[in-house]
Amino acid sequence: MIPGISIYEILTVTSILFFIGVYGFITRKNLISILISVELILNASAINFVIINKYLYPDMLQGVLFSLFIIAVAAAETALAVSIIINLYRQISSVEVKDIETMKH
Amino acid sequence: MERVIFYILALVMIVFAITSVTSRKMLRSVIYLLFVLCAIAGVYFLIDYNFLAAIQLTVYAGGIIVLIIFSVLLVHHIEMELEIAKTSKQIITTITCLLGLGVFLTTIYSHEFNVAENSLTTTTAEIGTKLLSYDSGGFILPFEVISVLLLAAMVGAIIIAKGRKLTDKNDESA
Repeated sequence: MIPGISIYEILTVTSILFFIGVYGFITRKNLISILISVELILNASAINFVIINKYLYPDMLQGVLFSLFIIAVAAAETALAVSIIINLYRQISSVEVKDIETMKH
Repeated sequence: MERVIFYILALVMIVFAITSVTSRKMLRSVIYLLFVLCAIAGVYFLIDYNFLAAIQLTVYAGGIIVLIIFSVLLVHHIEMELEIAKTSKQIITTITCLLGLGVFLTTIYSHEFNVAENSLTTTTAEIGTKLLSYDSGGFILPFEVISVLLLAAMVGAIIIAKGRKLTDKNDESA
């Protein structure tokens, strides 16, 4: 644990980070910006796992392993999202949310 | 000393996260995200999970940021400015987010955590043993599942990014 820092302060910081991500997710109109906001949300939850592991159950490793899996899933998700964005841009020359009415084909 | 470093890291995280979701230049907002991710790696270093911090730096700051920059450069003109949401929508979203934050913080501060004072260090060997153990509490099954997931994501990304060309070629040969 960090000397002099209580768990409350760290959880406050991660909550703020989470809601900044939610704000960006709702207000942004561009697919790549939405992807960036999702990364912020995922990172905030990963820090929460690690912090709670370290402060409350220091002799276990479950939180660390969970955040490892979160990072792996986030990497897979980003790769897929980027490939979908590139494919969409080839077909309709835009990555704005309002232009994407159909993703059927 | 650690206290000061943590406050600096927290400030960097929050300020750059806000600029990242409000900046009107696409590439800049990606670079601000890079700073946030590096600050998060700094927090992992502070609580002595060095392996996790290294993973965060290589996978996030090294891999994901490069992927996003790559897609930005393929898709956008660098000078292009993003359109932003209507002011009313922004205000409503801000109020909703602040409300949600208030709920979170009241829940957190009203809960009594049983903090265990400690300064244990975790070695990479322990993480590896735990990850590959099949006793109770071991993580061998998720570990294998995640490897299959990564393979599937890789194949899927290639297929999707190839897109129409692939199907056209199939149609010709058929």
